[in-house]
Amino acid sequence: MDMPITRDDPGFDPGALVQDDRVHTALYTSEELFEEEMDRIFKNTWVWVAHASEVPGKNTFKKSWVGRQPVIVTRDKEDKIHVLLNRCRHRAASVCEQKQGRTSVFVCPYHGWSYNIDGKLRSVPHAKVYGEDFDKDEYPLVSLRTEQYNGMIFATFREDIEPLTDFLGPAKKWIDLFMKQGGGYPVKALGEHQFRFGGNWKIQLENTTDAYHFPIVHKTFLDSLDADTSEVFDVLGQGGWVEDLGNGHSLMVMIPDLVDLEENLDAPIPERFAGLAQELRDEGHDEAKVRRIVRAVGGTGFNLNLFPNVACSMAFFRVLRPVNVAETEIRHIAIGMDGGPDAANRMRLRLHEHFQGPMGFGTPDDAEGWERVQRGSASGDDLWIMVNRGQDKLEGHPAGPDVTDVSAETGMRAAYGMWKRMMTA
Amino acid sequence: MNTLTNTRPDNDAAEIGLFEAAEFIWREGEILDRQDYAEWLSLWTDDGLYVIPIERGEGDHADALNIAYDDAEMRKARVKRLKSGFSISSAPSARTVRSASRFVLGGEQDGVTVVRCAQTIIEYKFERTRTLAADVEFHLVRRNGAIAIARKEIRFVNSDDFVWGIGYLP
Repeated sequence: MDMPITRDDPGFDPGALVQDDRVHTALYTSEELFEEEMDRIFKNTWVWVAHASEVPGKNTFKKSWVGRQPVIVTRDKEDKIHVLLNRCRHRAASVCEQKQGRTSVFVCPYHGWSYNIDGKLRSVPHAKVYGEDFDKDEYPLVSLRTEQYNGMIFATFREDIEPLTDFLGPAKKWIDLFMKQGGGYPVKALGEHQFRFGGNWKIQLENTTDAYHFPIVHKTFLDSLDADTSEVFDVLGQGGWVEDLGNGHSLMVMIPDLVDLEENLDAPIPERFAGLAQELRDEGHDEAKVRRIVRAVGGTGFNLNLFPNVACSMAFFRVLRPVNVAETEIRHIAIGMDGGPDAANRMRLRLHEHFQGPMGFGTPDDAEGWERVQRGSASGDDLWIMVNRGQDKLEGHPAGPDVTDVSAETGMRAAYGMWKRMMTA
Repeated sequence: MNTLTNTRPDNDAAEIGLFEAAEFIWREGEILDRQDYAEWLSLWTDDGLYVIPIERGEGDHADALNIAYDDAEMRKARVKRLKSGFSISSAPSARTVRSASRFVLGGEQDGVTVVRCAQTIIEYKFERTRTLAADVEFHLVRRNGAIAIARKEIRFVNSDDFVWGIGYLP
């Protein structure tokens, strides 16, 4: 049954390494496969780079990555978004080393070539030595194809793949539901936790669609909640589901009550939000608005996993970046209400800090679990990673005929199906 | 005979001196390296804040995303978690050895003495040794003849870059 393929086997075939219910250990450990992934996947599809609120006005920018390649996401003075390779066209020096900010020009520190925020080469010191033929239009910062959906900015190296909206397909509906966390205000990035773990990027990709680990790995988070909230986070016991959304994307609903944050607004306000609700009333917001904001502050009850590098995860964006075959960087971007009440955004920040980041009550345990997967993968390099949980569709489930148990590994199978498609294309 | 403790006055209104502050911070560091977290909780004032910001600027950090922003309740919950045995990042946690140095008094106001210092933590776990360097600002007060922490703000040198998971208290 187990194919004797090792990471050193020169004859491996990506198509044979992914089967319907398992994937080969080489997917976590093979440097050769990793190099292929960076080329065949990250240079051939839509990769998430930023949320629109991270470049909030004209002449703003934020550094990001497409696969391993550093880019700058910019908003020009006409409000157009650009994704530019962070590399001077002269001798390759990076032109921007500030994480985020406002500027109208990037100046290369090496020989002083300067670029407009849209990437156009503006001026070159002592240009006349290049001769009269020198055409600045030939040397802009390399600009990637860039498209947005509901504030989520994606870029791709490919001019000829489908439009972003086609790539997202049924995931769009879930992005729209996710953005209801604005509570009537635009969604705004409030800051990000940035951490690394010693493991392959796909271990994290799997985790966002893995409810099975939650009560085990996050027991100490659950124990830190009041009884009511702890019940809300009983993610395996509320009739949730997992669904393959196509193109490697998947949906995992853990708390069905928190799918649409504009419904059930008449339900009693949970005890932990009573203080916030009163603060909002005291600020003069009417009861309907108070309820809408409070329900939005609590976040959604689902994870939308978008292949290959981003998830709308309950109340934040989770972005992965492969560093090497056995190291991955993660950003957990906190979101809130742009122009919304300070008290509501403060509570969002404290709730985010409670679970997320290098000292959250959840993230360090996730990261430790993922590192243990990578460490364990050094043994039995001819063995398989099993993703065979919950293959049967649920019968008579209100979400429809194509859903599986909330703890099914359907989302992982969806992602690996797309991996196989792209790696063998 | 201990010259450091001999400098300690016996009235709560007296200013906290440099050596007395340093001795307190060394003792706190030793408590944290031993992971005697119950003892650590007793060093705090009831309204004390334990803050590890991401952005290294001045200010309260209440309206920013932080690595930690703990009041008394969160500190207690954090200690419970770290000591529970059920958190895989802290059972076992990394072993730590920390040093505090470069102490500077930042002035005294309304009974609160500000002390700034450098802190270097060397941590070890699973074949890996890492360094976590930080500027730390303590706000110290006297309470019932002993020093207590009213605020501890730890600014990692790399706080706005990636940080590895931390399964202990910096």
